[in-house]
Amino acid sequence: MAETLVPQPASDGSAERLARIRAGLSARHSRERRFRFYGIAAIAAALGFVAILFTMILYKGLPAFTQATLEVEVFFDPEVISVDPMPVQQQGQSQAEFRRAMTDWQRQATMVNWNRIVEAAVRNAAPGTEADSRQLLSIVETNARFELRDRFVADPGILGSTARVKMLASANADNWLKGNINRDLPDAQQQLAAPARELADRLYENGHIRFAFASHIFTNVDSRSAPASAGLAGAFVGSLYMMLVVIVLAVPIGVMSAVYLEEFAPKNRLTDLIEVNINNLAAVPSIVFGLLGAAVFINYFRLPLSAPLVGGLVLTLMTLPTVIIATRSALRAVPPSLRQAALGLGASKTQTVFHHVLPVTYPGILTATIIGVAQALGETAPLLLIGMNAFVAQIPGTPLDQSSALPVQIYLWQGNENRNFFEARTSAAIIVLLGLMLTLNAIAIFLRSRLERRK
Amino acid sequence: MHMPSEKIVPSSDLYAISSSTVRTPDESPRPVRVTARDVSVFYGAKQALFDVSIDIPEKAVTAFIGPSGCGKSTFLRCLNRMNDTIEDCRVNGRIELDGQNIYDAALDVVELRARVGMVFQKPNPFPKSIYENVAYGPRIHGLAKNKAELDAIVEASLHKASLWSEVKDRLNEPGTGLSGGQQQRLCIARAIAVSPEVILMDEPCSALDPIATAKIEELIDELKQNFTIVIVTHSMQQAARVSQRTAFFHLGNLVEEGPTDMIFTSPGEKRTQDYITGRFG
Ligand SMILES: Nc1ncnc2c1ncn2[C@@H]1O[C@H](COP(=O)(O)OP(=O)(O)OP(=O)(O)O)[C@@H](O)[C@H]1O
Ligand SMILES: [Mg+2]
Repeated sequence: MAETLVPQPASDGSAERLARIRAGLSARHSRERRFRFYGIAAIAAALGFVAILFTMILYKGLPAFTQATLEVEVFFDPEVISVDPMPVQQQGQSQAEFRRAMTDWQRQATMVNWNRIVEAAVRNAAPGTEADSRQLLSIVETNARFELRDRFVADPGILGSTARVKMLASANADNWLKGNINRDLPDAQQQLAAPARELADRLYENGHIRFAFASHIFTNVDSRSAPASAGLAGAFVGSLYMMLVVIVLAVPIGVMSAVYLEEFAPKNRLTDLIEVNINNLAAVPSIVFGLLGAAVFINYFRLPLSAPLVGGLVLTLMTLPTVIIATRSALRAVPPSLRQAALGLGASKTQTVFHHVLPVTYPGILTATIIGVAQALGETAPLLLIGMNAFVAQIPGTPLDQSSALPVQIYLWQGNENRNFFEARTSAAIIVLLGLMLTLNAIAIFLRSRLERRK
Repeated sequence: MHMPSEKIVPSSDLYAISSSTVRTPDESPRPVRVTARDVSVFYGAKQALFDVSIDIPEKAVTAFIGPSGCGKSTFLRCLNRMNDTIEDCRVNGRIELDGQNIYDAALDVVELRARVGMVFQKPNPFPKSIYENVAYGPRIHGLAKNKAELDAIVEASLHKASLWSEVKDRLNEPGTGLSGGQQQRLCIARAIAVSPEVILMDEPCSALDPIATAKIEELIDELKQNFTIVIVTHSMQQAARVSQRTAFFHLGNLVEEGPTDMIFTSPGEKRTQDYITGRFG
């Protein structure tokens, strides 16, 4: 051990010591450079993957936000629309009677062959088309007739006049015009008959069909019969309800459990056991929570199937461990000096926790909550088990109504048989979901910086 | 600089900070505020304090000195039961505040801590405004009937902590934004805002520079007119400057205790002598 370096006066042996330090220096520096390079490479790879993912989704999904839309002059032909005049409440007529008369009248309006009106309007826009009436209607979304009916019911005075009406082109026409389908394929493999394809092209050329912003994606609910007009509104509202349930339940329950476990509970076998189990719960696959939810909330408590309330409860179970664990570590990070300061002043345990310790952890709890909620919002598997993959054709009015959810909607559209139309739709739904998540995160960052500034 | 020791010197201005010499022992018969008898403290199985008995007089400064790890903080924390917050810490013996056993089951620890305040080694203001820092104690104990009274308490406490002139225009700014010395004075203001009878200070100046230290010492000197003060310090000079009585701890034992002047000039024990002359510790 003669070579061991012992601190020496600088005069003797200092040159040798310096030489030794220098000999090691270049190796140390290159190790540092190497490490920094690995770090940058790792970040670049991660960012690269994210960039690829986002580009793919945007590239695929953005076209779905514009859709082929027909704009034609519609003549509300009194010969086709042969309906009695709209009933007016007579004197002496009871409310119930009037309502019955009104319903009868609306039924009459529904019985009208609106497709003939649609056909006439389209034919008028493309004179001399060879398409027969079925082929012609195949390029118009099937719900166009209901729109005309609604227009008439809302304003019966329109009878006999002409109005400019926008209606969606069918999904197949949209595919054809967007080039989602190979134009060289033989007739047998095309979705539209040849005359219909020719008609679509004609209407596009003469400006009757245009690509317009597809706002109905946000306002309509899912639709099987009229896929082009299918929207996300139902799933979106369902997801919002679930988010609400998760926030209202998971945050107070999670934070209170964490506070109790961390600040008040005696440290013994039982609390150790609880702690281990909470940590394990965080690692339980989400589908298991779905099974649990189906068994407990639906079979035992008889809550309705497909309801956002049940979905929210299941997702709450999933989110609780995240919130508890994050809150506990945030509490643990609070310096003991803060607790001592409050206790030393004569604050009780509860006052110490709620006046001083907990407020310091708000930013941490907030971040954890948002991450937990975002995770829950993106969860699909457990929702499938409680029936949220059912086809629901209305926007849920309450958390107890049947509903779908955004990720489930993505899953359903991904499985739709009209692949070349719904591929873009799926990506569009993903964009909406990601947008919602980014909004949540932005809110979290905003609130966090506000909370931190207040200190 | 050595003062004659036969005269009682009750007035504080004779204890001027500038004097670094040992001062007159304060032999005026002061009522005892806190008595400890045979106090032993265990951390788990390890005993940190052995049968400490001491009387702490009213309206005077008592200093605890001794080498690191000898149990000064441990004993100080017994006096307001802050040891309760340490897990598996056990206190044996009897400590009385005005004749009442503070470890009595009937005694509310919240009330005790309102009567025995504490200032810690590291300044630890709440991450709230200066005003809120001082107002917190009076508020939780319900000492102010209305906002005006609370304002008055806050102002008076900041005055007593000689911080008012420095912060009066920034009461709503965070207490954590003050300098270290100001923070410590804020902590003192916070402690005296609840008008405790006893104030415990655990090395209140160890994180401060000499000027801030001098200010705090000056403050302690003034506070002793109204409060009973117990201070832990590593600085022999500080003990000599601010205290009337000194207790020397070593390895968990109270070696000796008496008027500061006597401890510093003619200690009864060799260990005390060795410590204050810097031979160990
Ligand atoms: N929370 C604790 N858990 C276990 N042992 C402790 C704890 N606090 C203090 N001790 C032990 O008790 C003994 C006395 O510690 P104490 O903090 O009272 O010393 P001190 O005199 O204040 O020292 P210093 O001057 O360094 O602050 C030490 O041996 C210490 O290791
Ligand atoms: Mg100490």
